[in-house]
Amino acid sequence: MNARHRILAKLRNALPVENDMQAAPAVAGYYAANTLAPQTCQERVAQLRGLLQAAHAEVIVASRAAWVSLLAVRLAALGVGRLALNEDTEEGRQLAATLRESSGSVTLLPFDKPIETWKQELFDTVDAGFTVADSAIAATGTLVFKSSPAQPRSLSLVPPLHVALVRAETIHAHMFAAALEEQWAAAMPTNLVMVSGPSKTSDIQQTLAYGAHGPKQMLVVIVSGEGESA
Amino acid sequence: MEKRIYPAPPQQVYLFGTCLIDLFVPEAGMDALRLLEQAGVAVDFPMGQSCCGQPAYTSGNEASARTVAAAQMALFQEDWPIVVPSGSCAGMMRHHWPKLFAADPVLGPRAKVLAERTFELTEFLVEVLKVDFAALHAQSTVAPPPIKVALHTSCSARREMGTRSHGLALLRALPGVELVEQKNEAECCGFGGVFSLKHPDISGAMVADKTAAIEASGCDQLVSADAGCLCNIGHAAEHQGRALKVEHLASFVARRLRGEAQS
Amino acid sequence: MSTQTTTQPLQFHPSADFKNRSREALADTKLRQNFRGAMDFLRGKRSAQFPDENELENLRDLGEAVRKHALRNLPQLLEKLETQLTANGVQVHWAETAEEANAIIHGIAVGRGAKSVIKGKSMASEEIELNDYLGERGITCVESDMGEYVVQLAHEKPSHIVMPAIHKTKGDIAELFHEEIPDTPYTEDVDELIQIGRKTLRQMFVDADIGLSGVNFAIAETGTLWLVENEGNGRLSTTIPNTHIAIMGIEKVVEKLEQVIPLASLLTRSATGQAITTYFNLISGPRRPGELDGPREVHLVLLDNGRSQAFEDAELRATLQCIRCGACMNHCPVYARLGGHAYGTVYPGPIGQIISPHLLGLDDTRDLPTASSLCGACAEVCPVRIPIPQLLIRLRTEAQRNPGEAVAHRLKGQGASYSLGEQLVWKFWTGAYAHPSLHRIFRWLATRLRAFAPKQQMGWTRFRTPLQPAERSLHDLMAERKGNRL
Ligand code: SF4
Repeated sequence: MNARHRILAKLRNALPVENDMQAAPAVAGYYAANTLAPQTCQERVAQLRGLLQAAHAEVIVASRAAWVSLLAVRLAALGVGRLALNEDTEEGRQLAATLRESSGSVTLLPFDKPIETWKQELFDTVDAGFTVADSAIAATGTLVFKSSPAQPRSLSLVPPLHVALVRAETIHAHMFAAALEEQWAAAMPTNLVMVSGPSKTSDIQQTLAYGAHGPKQMLVVIVSGEGESA
Repeated sequence: MEKRIYPAPPQQVYLFGTCLIDLFVPEAGMDALRLLEQAGVAVDFPMGQSCCGQPAYTSGNEASARTVAAAQMALFQEDWPIVVPSGSCAGMMRHHWPKLFAADPVLGPRAKVLAERTFELTEFLVEVLKVDFAALHAQSTVAPPPIKVALHTSCSARREMGTRSHGLALLRALPGVELVEQKNEAECCGFGGVFSLKHPDISGAMVADKTAAIEASGCDQLVSADAGCLCNIGHAAEHQGRALKVEHLASFVARRLRGEAQS
Repeated sequence: MSTQTTTQPLQFHPSADFKNRSREALADTKLRQNFRGAMDFLRGKRSAQFPDENELENLRDLGEAVRKHALRNLPQLLEKLETQLTANGVQVHWAETAEEANAIIHGIAVGRGAKSVIKGKSMASEEIELNDYLGERGITCVESDMGEYVVQLAHEKPSHIVMPAIHKTKGDIAELFHEEIPDTPYTEDVDELIQIGRKTLRQMFVDADIGLSGVNFAIAETGTLWLVENEGNGRLSTTIPNTHIAIMGIEKVVEKLEQVIPLASLLTRSATGQAITTYFNLISGPRRPGELDGPREVHLVLLDNGRSQAFEDAELRATLQCIRCGACMNHCPVYARLGGHAYGTVYPGPIGQIISPHLLGLDDTRDLPTASSLCGACAEVCPVRIPIPQLLIRLRTEAQRNPGEAVAHRLKGQGASYSLGEQLVWKFWTGAYAHPSLHRIFRWLATRLRAFAPKQQMGWTRFRTPLQPAERSLHDLMAERKGNRL
């Protein structure tokens, strides 16, 4: 008998019935009963923006046509010199093209090789990482990222500035809705991460400080049909 | 806490005086009786009563608790409510007697019945008898001078019996009584029965904070519907040389209704 | 903090020391101020997160139901978790004891030729004293959670399960950094202090061979480890090193992903008063083909270490509902006055008082169950409705039980507080209070001999004037009244 058998045997012995899985807690019922009136996309955008800003993220809401040039201007203003960016997404390609065209001094670094080959460089020399969120959650001001070959998880983690784009139509009202509608449980990626602002800590005398170990700054672009135009 | 559904006012009740009141604050028991009688209810005090068993129960001596509790359970043969001038003892009878006797085929069901019939005094006055204290007060010939009081609600009264609101309601109904706030009011006074004997330093630190907060509230006196807290706070204040007067809520209310300024 | 408390190992202490340590802690006015301030702050933050009492109570009902459901099905869920994780490429290990868990982790480290481990926050690793174990075997563990890092730098132990360095002021930390980290000027500016911590630790994420983390929730149906954090150190520890080892207590598994959602909400709101933390990090396996980062190996160590003892008893099982939010300690009047170190256990406060006896045995924890006034503040805020006072009473019962008594579920250290003297007192008390005739004599003696009430009444009179019975008992007054009436 190994530890596994001994532990499981002890637990089994203590239970009156072998399988009580049927009496599952009513999670869906709770969220159905406690969810507020359905929001419009615009309301979700507003809530997401408000909460992200409250969590010290900078938020740009922009139209499909305008976001890329607004972001390029903002990146230049922030002094971003080296930007890690993959061109696997439509938005990634658009941003890359715009940055290449502009006379700015942004160096684009594709994350196209295993992290081992450039770990030190990634940690020490990259100013910002550009990501596209898979979805977002209005109720908590949260962006959802699913890891993939195109979107390595350190892109949203290692560079001091995390630039994240989210499409307004992917914003869910709350987390339960996101998990349900996207069927998270059916196909979990290696890493699914929910991000609600730049990294922070209150570990020193309950004083809130931003920029703990993850990104110090977060810049979120919400692309919406109703955003400002350039 | 589940919302309690209250019965119509009865003709007669049992009074369960509690062991602490019996020996240390007997006047509070008499005042509880007077308040109930004033509200038109006949009161029976079974002479065989002693203690709900809580001291043994909370210190981990279930068998002793059961023996003592069972002796009390035999006393309440009539179908009358049992009124207890202590949130903590009422909590014991209402919530812990049924657990204590859960495995007993005879006393188990009996404990449940008695639990349903058990009421904390202020709860009973406010919710069941719906006593109009302002009206009673108006009948008294002398109006006592205005007074500032701080209320301490015991932890069982607050969290197990939910009777803080009743103590407040009683005090608010009395003309000339001003309630003052104390810091960290919801925090325990540090009594906790055997806790105060087994961990005197921690208990002492808690009651020291409590007396300081009460004194800082600017009250003329403290009232509480639990004798345990009263003894703890009162004797600690005396030890610290604070001129803090403490009184059972029942005695305070009865005294105000009699028009007395000082007990 | 006195140097004594900081240099002694804090676990496996003879419990007689609890009283000494608590006395020391109470005398430390600065410590008491720090904790009072911190607790008031955290209580305020929590209550601001729950403006709607109905929503709070409904959510607590749901949280309790989820945890109870998980425990009712624990063996199957653990097996399912193992199957799912294995299918996802995670290696699952089982440890009955702290020693076994340490050996497993050490074995993995040796197999990878690892020299250094970067740690995300893990109370389970504190519980098994992993840092010491690996350190003695030449492998360095570095804590990366800011609070844990501070505590490690000071050679202390966490004083709170969510905020490990809560006992320290920024002044303490300024001094510590100035002395312990080369070329660090003294600064009390919290932003600067955090940046110092960030800079010092950053290279360690790059260099570490292994990242070690705890787990907040594990999901059986998907084989997922759900980690909750704000700093990003948990993500870095579980993303950057080649090997990730997670360690968790066997009770942390739930069936479905959707069931974690209410628990996570209860956790962050109850713990620090946040609607959500910066990161919810859901890990379901090592790097897949084509992926460019993430560990190539992920291990999970399932730790029993006494939990199954709590599980075996239907009442004590509720202990394992805990989601380690720390709200019970934040609201505990005893914890607020002692701080965490006085308890001498990895988990302090109310949750520590109910779980430590299972982890360490009642012999080493005998004073913990009584160190509570049973005020119920803990149970009032516990997001999964653990009846903590009820469990404390039960542990008191087990500690007082005759060590020789045979019971269905014998707890380790049964009878640790058994004392013939006390049993005699209770015998006498029971006699006097269960028999009306004896009680009458007792009352008569107590009131008539009131002048002889002792001036020293055990601990009572250290802080209070002595209790003295009234001249006449309530029974006397009632009898007199009846007499008058008749
Ligand atoms: S016992 Fe309850 S309140 Fe305490 S840490 Fe566990 S879940 Fe939180």
